[in-house]
Amino acid sequence: MGSGGSRAAQIPDADRIRRETGFSQATLLRLYHRFRALDSNKKGYLSRVDLQQIGALAVNPLGDRIIDSFFPDGSLRVEFVDFARVLAHFRPIDDDTGTRDPKEPEPPNSRMNKLRFAFQLYDLDRDGKISRHEMLQVLRLMVGVQVTEEQLESITDRTVQEADEDGDGAVSFMEFSKSLEKMDIEQKMSIRILK
Amino acid sequence: MGFQAPGPLGPWQWLLLLVALKGSKATSDLNKPTDSTAQQEPGAGFAASGLALGEITVFALDYDYVQVPYEVTLWILLASLAKIGFHLHHRLPGLMPESCLLIIVGALVGAIIFGTDHKSPPVMDSNIYFLYLLPPIVLESGYFMPTRPFFENIGSILWWAGLGALVNAMGIGLSLYLICQIKAFGLSDVNLLQNLLFGSLISAVDPVAVLAVFEEARVNEPLYMMIFGEALLNDGISVVLYNILIAFTKMHKFESIEPVDILAGCARFIIVGVGGVFFGIVFGFVSAFITRFTQNISAIEPLIVFMFSYLSYLSAETLYLSGILAITACAVTMKKYVEENVSQTSYTTIKYFMKMLSSVSETLIFIFMGVSTVGKNHEWNWAFVGFTLAFCLVWRAISVFALFYVSNRFRTFPFSIKDQCIIFYSGVRGAGSFSLAFLLPLSLFPRKKMFVTATLVVIYFTVFIQGITIGPLVRYLDVKKTNKKESINEELHIRLMDHLKAGIEDVCGQWSHYQVRDKFKKFDHKYLRKILIRKNLPRSSIVSLYKKLEMKQVLEMAETGALSATAFSRPHQAQQTQGTKRLSPEDVASMRDLLTHNMYQVRQRTPSYNKYSLKPRAAEKQAKEILIRRQNTLRESVRKGHSLPWGKPAGAKNIRYLSFPYSHPQPARRDGEAAAHEDADRSDSELSFIMFNAHSPTRSLQERPQTQQITTRKSLNRGGKPSGSGYQTSPSQEEHVGRSKRTLRPKPLFHTVDEERGSGEESGEEASAPGAGQPAEPRRERRRSCSPLLRRK
Repeated sequence: MGSGGSRAAQIPDADRIRRETGFSQATLLRLYHRFRALDSNKKGYLSRVDLQQIGALAVNPLGDRIIDSFFPDGSLRVEFVDFARVLAHFRPIDDDTGTRDPKEPEPPNSRMNKLRFAFQLYDLDRDGKISRHEMLQVLRLMVGVQVTEEQLESITDRTVQEADEDGDGAVSFMEFSKSLEKMDIEQKMSIRILK
Repeated sequence: MGFQAPGPLGPWQWLLLLVALKGSKATSDLNKPTDSTAQQEPGAGFAASGLALGEITVFALDYDYVQVPYEVTLWILLASLAKIGFHLHHRLPGLMPESCLLIIVGALVGAIIFGTDHKSPPVMDSNIYFLYLLPPIVLESGYFMPTRPFFENIGSILWWAGLGALVNAMGIGLSLYLICQIKAFGLSDVNLLQNLLFGSLISAVDPVAVLAVFEEARVNEPLYMMIFGEALLNDGISVVLYNILIAFTKMHKFESIEPVDILAGCARFIIVGVGGVFFGIVFGFVSAFITRFTQNISAIEPLIVFMFSYLSYLSAETLYLSGILAITACAVTMKKYVEENVSQTSYTTIKYFMKMLSSVSETLIFIFMGVSTVGKNHEWNWAFVGFTLAFCLVWRAISVFALFYVSNRFRTFPFSIKDQCIIFYSGVRGAGSFSLAFLLPLSLFPRKKMFVTATLVVIYFTVFIQGITIGPLVRYLDVKKTNKKESINEELHIRLMDHLKAGIEDVCGQWSHYQVRDKFKKFDHKYLRKILIRKNLPRSSIVSLYKKLEMKQVLEMAETGALSATAFSRPHQAQQTQGTKRLSPEDVASMRDLLTHNMYQVRQRTPSYNKYSLKPRAAEKQAKEILIRRQNTLRESVRKGHSLPWGKPAGAKNIRYLSFPYSHPQPARRDGEAAAHEDADRSDSELSFIMFNAHSPTRSLQERPQTQQITTRKSLNRGGKPSGSGYQTSPSQEEHVGRSKRTLRPKPLFHTVDEERGSGEESGEEASAPGAGQPAEPRRERRRSCSPLLRRK
């Protein structure tokens, strides 16, 4: 299964995907194999169930939301294109971004796009803001059972308060990215093997 | 059994020692002399007399009879007490490797024995070391080695461990020989062979000891494996070299060594290595095969495992092959199949017993090392010792950078310079070097004491200095900027991103060089597993969380209210905008602490191996908690009829929860073919949580109480896919026909069935789903507070 040439032809729209996502040929091939391995029943696309069968996601506190991020807008199937697109967010940032043509759309693994991807894990109703309620829900997911509800609420309040600048009680994307400007997002949200 | 007057150890010295060694009152017994043959004197004063009434002694003491085992036990106990103390202070284990502690304890014991001027029992001689003390240590490191990453990196590991050991040994030996030639140091009687031998024994590293120190720094997997692999193979290679060189030395006049002999030596090296591995594999398979039949007598399963491993070691040694490599190969081969075959308790027993044995061995060796440190049998030669230390470091650096430079050419993910620095710095020597030095035959090595001294110095230096500083070094190399004062925002978001990254990494799966691995997996599937594994076993990666999920713990969690229905309710639809309270910095700090301590840890992908203890239970507990909560939340939101908050249109999906009372064991499950599954409907995801069933009052279909066993089930197995069962998370509608299906497991399971009505093909499949007869009268059930997954229509 290693010979790239003959198999690459089997990937539908390989060139388009490559251009869009920036993956190398070898990586794309590996992703395709992984896609096919996950695709039980060989349907040609992934359903929610296929992703749920990844055992490690079951014990990830954010497992459900991660799976949902593969299914934007209520669709029920993940084609390979979509699969690659989502994973493209986690490609390590190329060093040559400086030479990029500013008129082209940002590659999916730019800092902004990575942040956007993380943002949408919070913002479920897609209104562009993380409401207090949404923040509380995420917090609940991530914290053990021994923390009381009041503590969670006060933490949520504090979180929103710290980031919220225009005082609307919710965190917009700009505020979100501003609160994380000191963090090394590129490293946190990059997976080495996806070069 | 004499009752003479006490010897040189009066009661005062005894008391002094008691004070010196607080807490270990038993060690005062160490004062008793050992040479029962030489002097017939027991030591301690008070015991010297017996009570004799007439001819019969009413009270007597015979220490010599038990001396050796008594003292050995005391040593082990002392080391264990020290370890307890070490771990009580929660920061110490992160600061220095446990070998430091053991050495200190050894030195202490040595000091006592020296101070009381008594000869310690001859615990360690060549036979005892090679036959009894060494095998458990090697077995343990072979058994706990994570196989998949090992084999993925095996090229690099072999290249590095094998060649690295050789380069180091030869390099150090030759350089020292050159130094010895310099007349000024007074070392000219140390000839080339002796130097080479010394080089080979000093190059035996034990880097795993430092792994615990930088575990939290998230060392990446290949680096981890290199260190592990090196530790694993290094002992074997040094011992092989050592034996070959000893054989050479025995030929006395080394002028008569011809190139033919050297070639023979090389050939022997290869044969010894490969032969050992071969023996190990054979024994591994045999023992795996035997465990296939031990269902009814599971108490002897650990025995089989241990005896076969030991036998592989001894058989290899009989033929002068490398026993260490044999036992390693045996452990690696055996592990996969044995783990699937043996019962859960046997599996735990094996793990713990292995740890215990290796721990005991290592403790004894270190104590012995400590005893030798404090003593008169040293010969200090500044030049030799100094240059040894220098050359160890220099040659390790040379071998690391040179060998990795070459192997990086062939790797998909080369090792960075940072990684190489870590590998260089982790070259900590351990018990192996000392043992080999100690066991040098004095007849062939008139300057043995000098060797021992030099070895001790190197060990102390590397263990203490390198061991303690490697933690900070790794953290320094790893973390570019550490801003300590993170806001709560950042804390939360960072953790979210870590979880996200871990999740996406899991989606990507493990990538490897498919070809060889696939071929092996196919072969494994077709032949090996059929022969070696019991029938009717669930095929899954055994060391999985679900297998250990115990009913009892689940009940506990339920009782402590962690799973109460109210715990996660109160959706707070109303935005209660409290006025923005100004929080004081202390409040913020305490809030942040609360958050840090209570957030779930990110799942570690690199297998964490700790030489001195088994995997901490915290990670397991956390995972269980997450699983149970997810089930609970799911249930809750379904009951309330809320659509789960990810904005899916409510009508899109239906959830059915089914429970299956029984199952038929079906063969060929493991082939992972979709066809073999009755749930050809791929939309089944199965959940095997039996929890709460005990409480469930309404049970329509099953009469039979669920058993306590919870197993996972992979509904659709694929070759490369990790195991696991999925959870149903889609929003539910409250209307649908349930069906029950047969499971393939001998044990009862729960299933949740998700059907996506969205697309035609799915409903088509669903319609054709096999009813292998099941009626389900799925009724709708009102959920009780504890009733879990039963929803029937």
